[in-house]
Amino acid sequence: MFGAGGGTSSYEEIETTDLIVLWGSNAREAHPIFFHHLARGMRNGAKMYTIDPRRTTSAEWADTWLGIDVGSDIALSNAVAREIIVSGFANDGFIAHSTSGFDAYAASVDEWTLERAEQVTGVPGTAIKELAHDYALADTAQLCWTLGITEHHNATDNVLALINLALLTGHVGRYGSGLVPLRGQNNVQGGGDMGALPNKLPGFQDLEDDELRGKFEATWGVDIPDKSGLHLSLMFEAMECGDIKALYVIGENPAQSEADVSRTRRILDGLDFLVVQDIFLTKTAEMADVVLPASASWAETEGTVTSSERRVQRVRKALDPPGSARDDIDILSDIARRLGHNWAPQTPEEAWDELRSLSPMHGGMSYRRLEDHGGLQWPCPDEDHPGTQFLHGWLWENPLPRDPVPFFPVEWVPPVDELSDHYPIRLTTGRRLDSYNTGVQSGGYRSPIRDTGALELAPEEGTKLGLEEGERARVSSRRGSIDVPVLFNKNLRPGLAFMTLHFPDDVDVNVLTIDAWDPKSGTAEFKATAVRVDKI
Amino acid sequence: MSKTHLELPSSLIEIEIDGSVVTAPKGSTILEACRGAGAEQPTLCYLENLTPVNTCRVCVVEVVGSRALVPACSRPIEPNMEISTDSERVRHSRRMVFDLLESSVDLSLVDDSTRSWMERYRIDSPSDDDSTEPSGERVDRVKSYHVSHPVLPATVAQPVKIEDDLYIRDYAKCILCYKCVEACGPDAQNTFAIAVGGRGFESRITTEFDVVLPDSACVYCGNCIGVCPTGALMFKSEFDLRAAGRWDESSQTVTTTVCSYCGVGCNLELTVQDNEIVKVTSPLDHDVTSGHLCIKGRFGYQHVQNR
Repeated sequence: MFGAGGGTSSYEEIETTDLIVLWGSNAREAHPIFFHHLARGMRNGAKMYTIDPRRTTSAEWADTWLGIDVGSDIALSNAVAREIIVSGFANDGFIAHSTSGFDAYAASVDEWTLERAEQVTGVPGTAIKELAHDYALADTAQLCWTLGITEHHNATDNVLALINLALLTGHVGRYGSGLVPLRGQNNVQGGGDMGALPNKLPGFQDLEDDELRGKFEATWGVDIPDKSGLHLSLMFEAMECGDIKALYVIGENPAQSEADVSRTRRILDGLDFLVVQDIFLTKTAEMADVVLPASASWAETEGTVTSSERRVQRVRKALDPPGSARDDIDILSDIARRLGHNWAPQTPEEAWDELRSLSPMHGGMSYRRLEDHGGLQWPCPDEDHPGTQFLHGWLWENPLPRDPVPFFPVEWVPPVDELSDHYPIRLTTGRRLDSYNTGVQSGGYRSPIRDTGALELAPEEGTKLGLEEGERARVSSRRGSIDVPVLFNKNLRPGLAFMTLHFPDDVDVNVLTIDAWDPKSGTAEFKATAVRVDKI
Repeated sequence: MSKTHLELPSSLIEIEIDGSVVTAPKGSTILEACRGAGAEQPTLCYLENLTPVNTCRVCVVEVVGSRALVPACSRPIEPNMEISTDSERVRHSRRMVFDLLESSVDLSLVDDSTRSWMERYRIDSPSDDDSTEPSGERVDRVKSYHVSHPVLPATVAQPVKIEDDLYIRDYAKCILCYKCVEACGPDAQNTFAIAVGGRGFESRITTEFDVVLPDSACVYCGNCIGVCPTGALMFKSEFDLRAAGRWDESSQTVTTTVCSYCGVGCNLELTVQDNEIVKVTSPLDHDVTSGHLCIKGRFGYQHVQNR
């Protein structure tokens, strides 16, 4: 946000903050050790709101749970904003000093009265009002979110809506006040940091900036294409229409993880050439022309990963990889050499030092310092720099050293997959404490608390459909059908169903999900599928 | 009122430890001051990442002006405090604690540091060395207290509880130090799956209604194992290797890395023997975890060795 793709705060800040908002995040199960910090914050007196369609294990901890209807987050945030403004609780000094575009923003949220928001979100107006007042009046507040915000067709707008709230109240750029997107994978932050984005070079440097790109071209001795590439969803569109004919997949399992997975498999099948580099023969790898066995990047190789608090930490080799599995760097370097490039062999530390010379925000993070400090938080430009605990402190400097940060008014647009008489139930997906993604890793150990994938329904809904717990039922969306056992969950409301994504071999949930995606980020709308449930 | 993370510089307090004048920050415990001065003390129920509960009494020291011995782990220092960590009274008390524990519990798997303290105090007064009794006799004697209570007290020999593939509970090794209860509860996990149940001889660590672990509120974070000082709670992988006589610490390596699951960035210490991960812990001084993990971090490593 504001030009740097990372959360603004550190975990320790949630231990002393006054107000915690978990929006579309079930951190108790999806980020359990972050939740330890959060629980410490609550013990220290913080009040917590959770905003989630499900009454999750995180929601059980909250002072107030706002059981929002799936996909109405912008309606809720705009109503919170309006309530703050009309109550006179906006941080006028901060808005005037550090932001721009407030008047247009205020006009854009003006239609979102508590009454209208209650109709659209299903959250009582009194609860919205209470959240608005508490957030605006707290001295410090941490606004945290996860995929409940970002796995929507309007993911970026959802995030902008939350950023607007922080700008409205001044809850950013101070110790204890910030915006905290909790990262779902151990190095999804690091992947972005390293330029694994279609429009960025390492260190979030714009690919299309000639000067920045030139720096990389000079070091690498090659020309880099001067136009941004395609994100995942656009790549699949390009594959579908034949513009992309070959695909190289590293450490991802799209044949099971993509939304509308039947389409994904059809597209992968139609490729001229598919390479998969992975630690396992995944379902995607089974479709590949060439499989390159890789070592596990957290226990069989050296390197670094970056966490949700922008902390770069060392991973180290503890095990010898099995068989012919090799380090990713070795594989990539070897392929480059076969393609006629003279890549000198590089250790992970040498590759990292090259990165440090090109990415200013990583400049001070030598392996030695990462060891000594137990990791460092970017930006860390030089070896005398202690790393950065929270971002955007400059917003509070006087005079303001950069341009003010603009508000981005956003419109609420309902989920693409509309509910209808034929598809009356809203299905949303998520994680379980003991499992992870498509189960490639977490399927390897025998968890005593694992269920193996079911359709969860409110008990009264199940009864209405004539179903008994444990019975297999047919779940259908506009894209496909699967048969799954039914589980009753009293933390769901009628009209809302839940499934995990962890057991695609048995319960292929992404046959149901829609691949409508956010044009700005490319993220698919996993969280909002319209389904019907039938007795078999 | 705005909070700030910057604290005022701590003022230093002057105290006397075993005749030497030392300074330590105000608010330190006696234990912290002793460690700062290089005077290590034995502990069982204390751990840096838990709230002191003062149950084991093995860290007691003598403080001038105090009638009773005081637990070093929780007593804050005061200006000019005169502390003896090695007086006859302290040695006697510590030895008695170890003796009583060893007479009722299997202490064979305590760490090397605790082992050396036990030996030190035993050597200290060798004349009482013949005080240990065979375990069978103890069980009988204890039973006699419980004619109307057939439940065996948890502090004597009993079968190892093996209820799942992740960990075992061997309460014949349990000294009721409460560490596991604290780690499961307010100090870290906040799950409250276990507590001390029963009174007196029947005191034991147990789940709600004494149900088996998989049926309890347990979420298998293993943070109880992480803090257990006697091996009463143990990784099943370690238990199996020990049972097979193949647990070999001399051939093990410990490597610190980062968990492969969510994006929180927990550091893992992988204990490896024969190219297999046999145990996973986290550094106590790691800011992110304070030594505590979740089920995936602690047990979710198996995929790399399903070779």
